Amino acid sequence: MGKLFAITIVIIAVLSAIPVVMNYWGPPPDISTHGYAIDEQMHETMWEAGLSFLAAQFVLAFFVWSFAGKGKSDKLKDFPGGAKWLVIAALVFVGTEILALGAIGQKAWAAVYFAAPEKDALTIQSQAGQFAFYFRYPGPDGKFGTPHPDKIDEGNQNFFGLDPENDVDSRDDITAAELAVPVNRQVNLTMHSKDVGHSFYVRELRIQQDYVPGVDLAVHFTATVPGKYEIVCTQLCGLGHYNMKAYLSVLSQEDFDKWLKDHAAQ
Amino acid sequence: MRNKQFLVALLTFLVCTSMAFAGTVSGKVTYTGTPAKPKPIDMSKEPTCAKQHATPVTTETVVTGANNSLENVVVYISAGANDEGQVPPQAVSYEQKGCQYIPHVLPMHVNQELKISNADQTSHNIHPIPKINREWNKSQPPGTPPISEKYDKAEFIPVKCNIHPWMHGWFVVLNTSHYDLSKGDGEFKLPNLPPGKYTITAWQEDYGTQTADVTITGNETKEVNFSFKAKAY
Amino acid sequence: MSEAAAHHGPPTSFIGKYVFSLDHKIIGLQYYGLALVAVFIGMFLSWLMRFHLVWPNAAVPGLALLSKNGAPGGVITPEYYLSLLTMHGTLMVFFVLTNAPFAAFGNYFLPIQIGAEDMAFPKFNMMSFWTTFVAFIVLLAAFVVPDGPPISGWTAYAPLSAVGSDAGPGLGMGQNLWGISIAIFCIASLLGSLNFIATTLDLRAKGMTLMRMPICTWAWFITSCIALLAFAVLLPACLLLILDRVAGTSFFIPAGLMVNDKIQPHSGGSPLLWQHLFWFFGHPEVYIAILPAMGIVSHILINSMRKPLLSHKVVIASMLSIGFLSYMVWGHHMFLSGMNPFSALVFSFPTLMITIPATILTLIWLGSLYGSRLQITAASLFALGFISMFVSGGVSGFFLAQPSIDIYLHATYFVVGHFHLVMGVAAIFGIFAGTYFWMPKMTGHMMNETLGKVHFWMTFVGAYCIFMPFHYLGLAGNVRRYSSFVDDFMAPLLPVHKFITIAAFFTGAAQLIFLYNLIYSRFKGPAAPPNPWNCTSLEWTMPSPPPWNNFGGVHPVVYHDPYQYGVEGAKEDFIMQTSPEQVKTPVRS
Repeated sequence: MGKLFAITIVIIAVLSAIPVVMNYWGPPPDISTHGYAIDEQMHETMWEAGLSFLAAQFVLAFFVWSFAGKGKSDKLKDFPGGAKWLVIAALVFVGTEILALGAIGQKAWAAVYFAAPEKDALTIQSQAGQFAFYFRYPGPDGKFGTPHPDKIDEGNQNFFGLDPENDVDSRDDITAAELAVPVNRQVNLTMHSKDVGHSFYVRELRIQQDYVPGVDLAVHFTATVPGKYEIVCTQLCGLGHYNMKAYLSVLSQEDFDKWLKDHAAQ
Repeated sequence: MRNKQFLVALLTFLVCTSMAFAGTVSGKVTYTGTPAKPKPIDMSKEPTCAKQHATPVTTETVVTGANNSLENVVVYISAGANDEGQVPPQAVSYEQKGCQYIPHVLPMHVNQELKISNADQTSHNIHPIPKINREWNKSQPPGTPPISEKYDKAEFIPVKCNIHPWMHGWFVVLNTSHYDLSKGDGEFKLPNLPPGKYTITAWQEDYGTQTADVTITGNETKEVNFSFKAKAY
Repeated sequence: MSEAAAHHGPPTSFIGKYVFSLDHKIIGLQYYGLALVAVFIGMFLSWLMRFHLVWPNAAVPGLALLSKNGAPGGVITPEYYLSLLTMHGTLMVFFVLTNAPFAAFGNYFLPIQIGAEDMAFPKFNMMSFWTTFVAFIVLLAAFVVPDGPPISGWTAYAPLSAVGSDAGPGLGMGQNLWGISIAIFCIASLLGSLNFIATTLDLRAKGMTLMRMPICTWAWFITSCIALLAFAVLLPACLLLILDRVAGTSFFIPAGLMVNDKIQPHSGGSPLLWQHLFWFFGHPEVYIAILPAMGIVSHILINSMRKPLLSHKVVIASMLSIGFLSYMVWGHHMFLSGMNPFSALVFSFPTLMITIPATILTLIWLGSLYGSRLQITAASLFALGFISMFVSGGVSGFFLAQPSIDIYLHATYFVVGHFHLVMGVAAIFGIFAGTYFWMPKMTGHMMNETLGKVHFWMTFVGAYCIFMPFHYLGLAGNVRRYSSFVDDFMAPLLPVHKFITIAAFFTGAAQLIFLYNLIYSRFKGPAAPPNPWNCTSLEWTMPSPPPWNNFGGVHPVVYHDPYQYGVEGAKEDFIMQTSPEQVKTPVRS
């Protein structure tokens, strides 16, 4: 039965590796300016993790195949070098991996989090609330009106609790259920949660960030490929979590200007 | 023998004439000023509903018609009706269809059965938010049986869907069955009113309430009109 | 060496013998029984979840009886799915993975393996089991309250878990019961850990130095040290959560939240505070789940290989470093939580470092197989399977440890695959291995080896079929904790989910074979000799099952290191720790 175990391990290891090697189910193509670093990191890690996985499973299989069922007459042997060389191998191999990936990895992380948004980044506000995302553009006056949580009236599309009667700045604010952005222009997305924890995730954009109630955060990105992409909530927020999404529309500059005009007229 | 026949004839006469003495209050609900524009509703997060509407639906907070008419205004007898204990046996229906509540405003009698059904391919979670009645919310996956509920106190109850934030409606629980919802032309009608003094109230979810007093003496039709001041925002 | 703090006489009544027993062996069996009930409930919940994911609008016959609102007409509502998810996670992590490898086997075998008559504090020991039992009942009560069980996940993030029923169904009394249950569980764990530590340090028999303790004893000892600190943080966290919910405090709730059209009357709290408190416990908790399994698997492997591991000292040192490092990494659950992004890099470093002792252990297990005389039994198959599963689950952790990769993989099925492989499979394999190995000692009856092997093959293949595809789903961007997949992005991935669901039903069915074997053998299995596996540690010096006072009133004396297998010049291929047999060159450790 030891031999059967060994064969099973090898089959499982190879079958597990095939979908990864053949890329049956992988991340969708990257549409961001920073994502290539993340993809490279994943690629590197997949090589290391994949090879370690295969090596460990094959060695396990090989040793079980070789030594299962040996009887009292077979002499016991020790792995050459004993524990010392294994410890050294682990320290050196894993240690180098950690340093390499850690050093490369911090660049990808820094591109998203340590760089301040550019001065001419387009600022768009986003609000996550059970169970939808809404976005606000400042309108022609370039100023955002003040949101009042107690004035929120969802049945009347007043998702941000604006008070246009008394707050002049809010009168031209554009509230939309989709996030339209111009291609190749940096967007600074401010993130506010209306109620509980939510998260903003666009796979193609290689961006994911939690909304923290009580803390207004921001995340910035530049989309490079026009198209329609899903924004999904990835922080468990209640019964409608599975149905909490919006669409990111990456538009050419002209289409984006037209979109703004259409929405301003509503 | 003759006295008995006479009594029966008199009673029949009285009943018939009392029924014959049933007046009607009718009229129109209108607004003055400029109401805010209805806003289009983006249902893109729910494609199964979005595709049911060729053009996006608009908000129903204020629904206007030709000649400054207001639709969806609940007009009802707020004083003088004596049918508080008479609960109609049939149920009223509230449907979730195309990610909208149909009808937007649903008046009903206290303790009358309310049946809520889901005609969509998505789950809805209906959440009426009363202040004095019991608060509940229920999920309704597609294909599950209608929800049956009732309210035992008169109240204007906003209704929302926990899953689709743009869905909004109203349950108007009244102590009477003498109510009507104004139609597209603002018209409403309250028939079958026995002679008496009545207070009629008109309620619009954003513009508030207006009242009028009316007296019915026989089977005449009295005209009562309501005019609300529109809000710009 | 000292006496047990409360030397107790033999049990006199049925209640004293089987219910409120002071005997660590009965208490260990009670923990095992509790874990067994919990695991089958948890598995049933996971079947319902997998069913719903693939057939979201189908009715489950009879489910409407369990919850009229949660499953109208038998169709699982979105909130009920989340309740199932929450209760599955809570039951499995607390009542199975903390109870079985640590509390059950540890309670039974730690005193025996160090040569003690019982735990240092037998009354505390009895209290800790019954407190755990109360916690279990309180948790199960959440199934029957009108608003339903909690829906915020086993992680219960605030403010969703803290604002109360305004945030939706399942967040009313059910969430309160969750908080109370876990708080009670913490108290029980603290009592248990204190007992383990005091016993290990104080009650070792003559000759039983720390380095002569078997690896599993070390694992239980290290686990109890971790548990003492970890549960000590979770307990106040749960209390603060309950206060926010019922007493109007605002530890975790900031101002201005508009939940379901109601402004919440709280201010000044921080949702991140909950995450820090929870994960400061939560990360060491997963090592509490895996370390005993590592210890049990090492012990069984050595016995099956008839050869000790390449270095006893290195294995102990690795387990100690894992325990130590486990306290430095909790922020890797919070890379995207909104805490200072610089801290992500700081947490990432020790997270990656844990790979080192984990790799050392794996290499030592593998390297020790070389040149051994590996006996294949149900127990050793599960021990070998553990190594395979631990490797598989471990390598996916390597991705998640890097914050930049976590940007893409956080909250996807990749994470779910990772923790299920290490906890939900590897740790469970440790429990299975321990069961097949030690049931003969605990019940006096051998389990059926053939059924055990069938159980192994079905579970091994089935578990890979379930959890390996989770990683592919994660790479494709499949988000977790969704009650159904209703959007276009997910449509191409539904066939994978179907495959997983079928594998889950198959693997679940295999556990019924295990249950049958367990119960049947307890009553009808062949009588077990004192040492069926020719093992060296102290539990095999006594009859199966052992008498109430373990060593019959005689203090054992230990002469040998724990793994004297294949010693040249010895009478047999192993020497028991208590054997007075002298050998010229003992096997070095």
